[in-house]
Amino acid sequence: MMCGIGRQHEPQDAGGTTSDAVFAALLEDSAEELYEFAPCGYLSTLMDGTIAKINHTLLDWLGLERDAVVGRLRFTDLLTVGGKLYHETHFAPLLRMRGEINGIALEVKQADGGRIPVLVSSVVKHGSTGEPLLIRTTLFDARDRRAYEEELLRGRKVAEEARKRADADRTRLQEALAVLQQSLLPDSLPTVPGMEAAAHYHTASPDRLGGDFYDVFPVDGKRFVFFLGDVCGKGPEAAALTSLTRYTLRAAALHDPDPVAALTTLNKVLHERYTDSGDPRYCTAVFGTLEPDPATGHVAVHLASGGHPPALVLRADGTAGYLPTPGGLLVGVLPDARFATAATTLAHGDTLLLYTDGLTEARIGEDRTSLYGDDGLLAFATGRADRHPRAVIQALTGLLDGFGDGLDDDTALLALGVPARSTISSATRNH
Amino acid sequence: MDVVRRNNVTVTGNPDGPVVVLAHGFGCDQNMWRLTVPALAPDHRVVLFDYVGSGRAEPSAFSEERYASLDGYAQDVVEVCQALDLRDAVFVGHSVSAMIGVLAADAAPERIGALVMVAPSPRYIDDDAYRGGFTASDIDELLESLESNYLGWSAAMAPVIMGNADRPELGEELENSFCATDPEMARVFARTTFLSDSRDDLKKVRVPTLVLECNDDVIAPREVGAFVHDAIAGSTLVTLEATGHCPHLSAPAATNAAITEFLAALR
Repeated sequence: MMCGIGRQHEPQDAGGTTSDAVFAALLEDSAEELYEFAPCGYLSTLMDGTIAKINHTLLDWLGLERDAVVGRLRFTDLLTVGGKLYHETHFAPLLRMRGEINGIALEVKQADGGRIPVLVSSVVKHGSTGEPLLIRTTLFDARDRRAYEEELLRGRKVAEEARKRADADRTRLQEALAVLQQSLLPDSLPTVPGMEAAAHYHTASPDRLGGDFYDVFPVDGKRFVFFLGDVCGKGPEAAALTSLTRYTLRAAALHDPDPVAALTTLNKVLHERYTDSGDPRYCTAVFGTLEPDPATGHVAVHLASGGHPPALVLRADGTAGYLPTPGGLLVGVLPDARFATAATTLAHGDTLLLYTDGLTEARIGEDRTSLYGDDGLLAFATGRADRHPRAVIQALTGLLDGFGDGLDDDTALLALGVPARSTISSATRNH
Repeated sequence: MDVVRRNNVTVTGNPDGPVVVLAHGFGCDQNMWRLTVPALAPDHRVVLFDYVGSGRAEPSAFSEERYASLDGYAQDVVEVCQALDLRDAVFVGHSVSAMIGVLAADAAPERIGALVMVAPSPRYIDDDAYRGGFTASDIDELLESLESNYLGWSAAMAPVIMGNADRPELGEELENSFCATDPEMARVFARTTFLSDSRDDLKKVRVPTLVLECNDDVIAPREVGAFVHDAIAGSTLVTLEATGHCPHLSAPAATNAAITEFLAALR
């Protein structure tokens, strides 16, 4: 269009027959004809909405005769009820306040009951003294656009439903995981007569399924059993192995609480379960018994270890030392495994600490290249004033938190202690 | 939360004058009163606000539960009155706000001393002998189109909300605030408004009341104005020569005259 108009100013260029034809076509398109047959609806109304002028295109869309519209209908009469409400609550007030409004999506009713989505723009014409005289309105056919919007809307709804389903699935999965997770660890530690116990568990896996385990439970009238270990791997596969390990050890302990016997049973079970599966899996574990002496209040500890880091004993006098269990084999790797045993006695104020290597293999230092290590743990434990199991676990929990992203493995901590004489708790008296 | 900030409360006019609270209806915000304020300001302390979910009220204060009934909006009014410690204020409510004012006056009679109901309707849907102007399916159509077509809704309002680059003199901030409503909150307000039935509440009105109706209003037809007038004992009905639902914009002079006359008679 602009090119054709531009050529009017270059009559000397009229030699070309093409530009003559374009110019002639433009002339033919009179303003009146342009108004009537423009590819959009035109409408002029009085300020009260009464239609004063309407073009042929819009009458054609509506399926109405001019006589039935001009002076007889208001703009809102052309709209659906929803459109009327929208017009009265949004369109008209905005037009009044701003003098113009652009691109509002409405629907006009057709005489045959159909509807045409339109985009409506209006402008108020003011008189010489500024008083509003009439409203000029343009309507564009928005059927294609509305269809496209409806597609977008459908897509958005589908996406929203999918998201809701995914949320529900995730919630269900989390609930299932929580139940499974609870089956891997004791809800709470039992009251061991004459002793105090405390534990802490840190999972590295985002689904909170861990590969470390521990437990404490009574086996006969006089003894309690404890165990703590670490299965290879992390996440759901490790959790499945953890579950098998925990319940195997519990069952084995009830049958024979001897530490070597229990670990031997576990070794057989894991070996048979996993060796032929092509996915050999194993664990490390410390298993032990606690036998309080009613006369002294001291507790005899007998334990066996299968490839697990040594237990640490914090004595009441402020010293600390590992209880070495060298040479014990990983549980589940070989058909016949050998396990190392150790024994000690916990006197008043002594605490036995069991842990997994998440603690000692936490990466520390500026560049996270060195390991916390056995020496680090020994130094941390030595000289701690409060050797009560809960205090020890609390201090170690703080230590773990301090590792930040240096702690990238599951970590289990279990502390079992005989309270110092002055703080012998009700647990003893209950006994 | 600070109610003054929450409801974007504006106080203007004569600080020593009697208090007039101007409350907008569904679809816009306190800007709707721009032609009314100049007529009241010389002699009155004028309080304007936006309901939560409208205009520039604090969006985080919105709760679908609270604003699912007109009582939630009435609570906004009462809390604004409390925050400013207003007593015997004249409450001017447009459209659904007229009914919100009735509920607020009932809840806090010491705060609201008179009502001006501009184009009120206590019930939009026809019901036996009552003619509200709409059928249930009409309202369903509106609500459906709002609910199912929220893309279209927000697209329709987007040009308004985005402002208008070729008319910078209007000021971008003012422009942006015009009726800029979150579509989800607008949907709740629409549902609450058009499905409400407050006919029984009209009987509770005990304060001087002016009912302003337009002689041609699609949303609040004359039968409805007569119904409101009949239901409120002692009320005054004024029919304005105005078309549409917003006489304070389409016929500001007549509307202001009716309101100021009513206010003068109260003194």
